[in-house]
Amino acid sequence: MYDFLTGPMLWLTFAVSFGGLLVRVVLYIKGLSQQLDRVAYRAHMSYGLKGAFNSIISFLNPIGARVWRIRPGFTLMFFAFHIGVVITPIFLIAHNVMLQENLGFSLPALPSGVADFLTWMAVVAGLLLTLRRVAFPEVRILTTGYDYLMMVITLAPFVTGLIARYAIGDYQFWLTAHIITGEIWLLSLPFTKLSHVVLFFMSRAQIGMDYGIKRGGMKGSSLSW
Amino acid sequence: MPEGILCNKTPIKTDEQLKLTLSDSRGTKYYAEMLELEVDSDALWALVQKTLKSRTKTWLEICAHCGLCAESCFLYQVNGRTPKQVPSYKIQSTLGQIVKKKGKVTNEFMRHCMDVAWSQCTCCNRCGMYCPHGIDMGVMFSYLRGLLYSQGFVPWELKIGSGMHRVYRAQMDVTTEDWVETCEWMAEETEEEWPGLEIPVDKQDADIMYTCNAREPKHYPEDVAEAAILFHVAGENWTVPSEGWEQTSLSMFAGDWECCKDNVQNVYDAIERLNPKRAIGTECGHAHRATVIEGPYWTGRPDGLPPRPYIHYVEWLAEALRTGKLKIDPAKRIKEPVTLQDSCNYVRNQGLKDITREIISYIVEPGFFVEMSPNKEHNYCCGGGGGFNGIGMYREQRNVALRKKMDQILDTGCKLVIAPCHNCWDAIRDLEEEYEIGIRWSFLKPLVIGMLDVPEHMLPKDEE
Repeated sequence: MYDFLTGPMLWLTFAVSFGGLLVRVVLYIKGLSQQLDRVAYRAHMSYGLKGAFNSIISFLNPIGARVWRIRPGFTLMFFAFHIGVVITPIFLIAHNVMLQENLGFSLPALPSGVADFLTWMAVVAGLLLTLRRVAFPEVRILTTGYDYLMMVITLAPFVTGLIARYAIGDYQFWLTAHIITGEIWLLSLPFTKLSHVVLFFMSRAQIGMDYGIKRGGMKGSSLSW
Repeated sequence: MPEGILCNKTPIKTDEQLKLTLSDSRGTKYYAEMLELEVDSDALWALVQKTLKSRTKTWLEICAHCGLCAESCFLYQVNGRTPKQVPSYKIQSTLGQIVKKKGKVTNEFMRHCMDVAWSQCTCCNRCGMYCPHGIDMGVMFSYLRGLLYSQGFVPWELKIGSGMHRVYRAQMDVTTEDWVETCEWMAEETEEEWPGLEIPVDKQDADIMYTCNAREPKHYPEDVAEAAILFHVAGENWTVPSEGWEQTSLSMFAGDWECCKDNVQNVYDAIERLNPKRAIGTECGHAHRATVIEGPYWTGRPDGLPPRPYIHYVEWLAEALRTGKLKIDPAKRIKEPVTLQDSCNYVRNQGLKDITREIISYIVEPGFFVEMSPNKEHNYCCGGGGGFNGIGMYREQRNVALRKKMDQILDTGCKLVIAPCHNCWDAIRDLEEEYEIGIRWSFLKPLVIGMLDVPEHMLPKDEE
């Protein structure tokens, strides 16, 4: 079971997940239309790219956009959640041992204390973001079962990983659960709203190009997001 | 009844149909017919499939439902922060449902969408700046309006408005003859005070081709005269086209995209015909957006630009003041607290935020200019944008919407508001009428004329 999950299944998961995300990116770009979007992408590529870059950078920076600055509480939760969710799996030592064994290379590994902290941070921030959906009427009205499902899919590998890491209960069971939930998460990326792992960049680049070309960029106005 | 006589899926294309629709006072019959209007689900879905691509499709799909857009929306703020006014909710529960149900929606649902699209969003595009995913609900509402228009679910005034553009190529029934006569009449009247002043019509190869908003010849011809005075004093070689002078687009508010293309093509044809070095549009926000920002895309211009450089009035005015073509008498500068309304359509949509402040620096005595908060690209809609001002059945909602601007103005403590946009000007006038907060409001043209340092030779002889 373990060998299958970390062998053929893992490769299949990677192929579907990363391949699928790549397809999403390609389809996104192919579906852009100067006429429909009213942005002259080709004619003013340099203004567009400048705008795209400005837009992406502003939102990756927790003080880069006005919306982050005026909502510090949300911003803290949001960045804690995303940093934990993205950084931990990539740089976790256990994952890199697997990478080394299978592919003969590995990435720099996080000290286990830091990895623990980041994982807890992701889980706690994720729970707070979920509570926020219930607590605030302006978020409650938007929230559907699908949003909760996305959170469950995302947090499951982290929760199971923590349980396995602290060896609570049957280690083998929780390790298997961790691998399965991790693979479900990866497989969900291209097919669900989690596709925002790449589409965030596409969408931000697109609106950035819109602003860079049409909505002020060519008038020398750098927009303060 | 699949389609009514007044309320139907066919745009108003003839003068007869236009007059017939106009004669239906307040659209009573029109809205009664709308109750029975059949939704052509197949056509609706076909249109969605053809036009809902990457950008909008992805926006609908990846919206994280985080609610950060809520507070960005002035309509959410002034309507007691009701969750139904959260921008994301407004679009997901309308356009989102049309897409989800593949166009199989009811008449009642379409009427609900109409209410939301025209009375709960002014397409001010502010929310787009506050969404981490860069989702601009204003853009999507504009798109939704197009879908609704194609099915005949559009407020009566805007059906008429786009009909006016189709029949008269102007948002009001101003014909070519009316326009040219107004120019001649204004030139004659103004020449007494400003010897040598002309309003040249259809002059070839001028430096400037001036275009305006049909409300000016129709209701405020003095605005045309004021433009003429300032061009005259600045010594500009300018002209107005007899055809293609109207740059507004109620069809853009209505979602009548075919008509939008026709309007703006008419203006571009005038540019090609008269061959001016550049074109200048009047103090109007949506006209600028229609003719300069969106228009090139409607007509399919690959560079996304009009055929010649086409600037907003504030850009010309700043230039004329900067280069000394127009001189301000320092003694006549504004010496009372004054604030400035940033128009969404040329500030948030084209970045013209600093240029208006440059004008302020010439015409306002230092220390008297008070910024609204927030301002520039973060400023709020005047409250009447996107057609909201002109729709009778949503007047009450519009009046509530004005409260945000009222509070912003009251917070500045100013009694004078400069509003270089027709729609903002109208909204601020209406807010004074509705709430009587004791303010005055003005376009830039009359203010600047009042403080000009005019060269001796330009003044009437008998006054010398």
